[in-house]
Amino acid sequence: MTSVNLPPEVPEDIEPGDAVRPGRPVHVARYTLAARINHWITAISLVVLALSGMALFTPRLFFLTGLFGGGQWTRTLHPWIGVVLFCSFAILFVRFWRANLPARVDVTWLAHANDLLAGREEKMPEVGKYNAGQKGVFWAMSALIIVLIVSGIAMWDQYFYDLTTIPQKRVAILVHAMAAVVIICVWIIHVYAAIWVKGTIGAMTRGEVTGGWAWRHHRKWLRELVSRKPRAPAE
Amino acid sequence: MFPPIPNPSVSPEAAKPRFGEKDILRRSASEVTPPAERLTEVAKLIDVSKCIGCKACQSACLEWNNLHEEIGFNHGVYTNPMDLTPDTFTLMRFTEWVNPETDNLEWLIRKDGCMHCEDPGCLKACPSPGAIVQYSNGIVDFQHENCIGCGYCIKGCPFNIPRISKVDHTAYKCTLCSDRVAVGQGPACQKACPTQAIVFGTKQEMKDWADFRIKDLKSRGFENAGLYDPQGVGGTHVMYVLHHADQPSIYANLPDNPRISPIVDAWKGVTKYVGLAAMGFAAAAGLLHYVVAGPNRVTAEDEENAQKLTEGKGPPSAPPPASPSGPAGHEGRAT
Repeated sequence: MTSVNLPPEVPEDIEPGDAVRPGRPVHVARYTLAARINHWITAISLVVLALSGMALFTPRLFFLTGLFGGGQWTRTLHPWIGVVLFCSFAILFVRFWRANLPARVDVTWLAHANDLLAGREEKMPEVGKYNAGQKGVFWAMSALIIVLIVSGIAMWDQYFYDLTTIPQKRVAILVHAMAAVVIICVWIIHVYAAIWVKGTIGAMTRGEVTGGWAWRHHRKWLRELVSRKPRAPAE
Repeated sequence: MFPPIPNPSVSPEAAKPRFGEKDILRRSASEVTPPAERLTEVAKLIDVSKCIGCKACQSACLEWNNLHEEIGFNHGVYTNPMDLTPDTFTLMRFTEWVNPETDNLEWLIRKDGCMHCEDPGCLKACPSPGAIVQYSNGIVDFQHENCIGCGYCIKGCPFNIPRISKVDHTAYKCTLCSDRVAVGQGPACQKACPTQAIVFGTKQEMKDWADFRIKDLKSRGFENAGLYDPQGVGGTHVMYVLHHADQPSIYANLPDNPRISPIVDAWKGVTKYVGLAAMGFAAAAGLLHYVVAGPNRVTAEDEENAQKLTEGKGPPSAPPPASPSGPAGHEGRAT
């Protein structure tokens, strides 16, 4: 009996704090308070960085420097906020990387991506806590933030002028601009997905979603949480 | 001898600036209508073959521009300080070069500083409107009240000239004494030069004078003597007469073929347009999708199924029957 009742290894896409709260409707805890604070510090940093970076990217948006107290302040603040973003995202990475590891179902999910966009979600395979799209956003953000911090330090002349040569700085600045464009596009996809899929934003504000939302979008994760529940007291 | 520029007249008429806002040809991060009539282009000609390395130009520059260079260290060479700084707009660079043809040691002395390019890379790279301007007489000038200290000009410059001050965090370089030129005077360095190694006038006058000097040098055996007015940056308003014009880089790494780096061009050109288009496209695609496909809402049925699942009653399709990925969905662990 004991061997049968041994709790199975926790599926890798269940994160600490994830839990089902039965009721009508069912609520599912998706993000802890710490994870949400962590997320919003990252999010605010990214938005501030995008605004200040775009101000220096194209003269047409230079007026955005007014939001930060002028050009000198924009130039001063941007890299420091970049450091905040990097540190904050590093913690977020530690929280989320396991659940974002690629799974076999991701391939099937991606193959049906057009069904999702067309609103035929019933044709999608059941996925865990994150679908392939969310995983893509996570890994793209991770890679781009590394590229941005490295190229950013190479062009942070106030403190790191002597670290690189001028030809290297030129490459850094081009790479920084291109990576920034891509990360803003990834951010747009991320934000759009949260707006389009109703009931999602609550996951990052109140920390929970409804059971219906989990059933519809992350059924495997919901099943895992439900099947895990009764085993907990048996231990 | 090149006719020296006369001392300024004391009449109030002569004190009126001869160029200003209305003569701006290019302005950083801005679109300007070029003036209908271009001023006569000016130029400074530095005849390296006549330079005696006295550094009078360096001192005159400090004095006229009221700059205070830090007292540094002697590194065993005449070059002092060792590089341009926010306070040293011009610097005598000394090179000891052994001519492989004659086996003679040649002491090459080049007065380094802003070249006032016709196509200025600093201005092209600058993100701040009006921080760098180019007057129609060819002078490229930094306007410190608009400078944000980002250092993009450093990346844009093919000659490694601008320096950012650690005091006021703005970029500094030679102004070609735009304040002096505006009232009909030559730059301070030119005024101080005791050998006429530096002369100043219209660009045409300087080219003509350079021709005369090059002929003289050639007659003395410097057969590669020539003018350094690099076309890769559209020509410059500071030019050199070099006795070895076939190899500019022997003069303390004067670029052989300076041009704005293609990386800078790509960054300020195609990246900007493609980048803005990509971001605009992403946003527009999202909006369009929302309008066409509508929001993705959780249905009452979804909620019911979730309730059945949690209450252990089992929803209609408990194990996914037609799951294409099979039952082992969550495997794929990397560890």
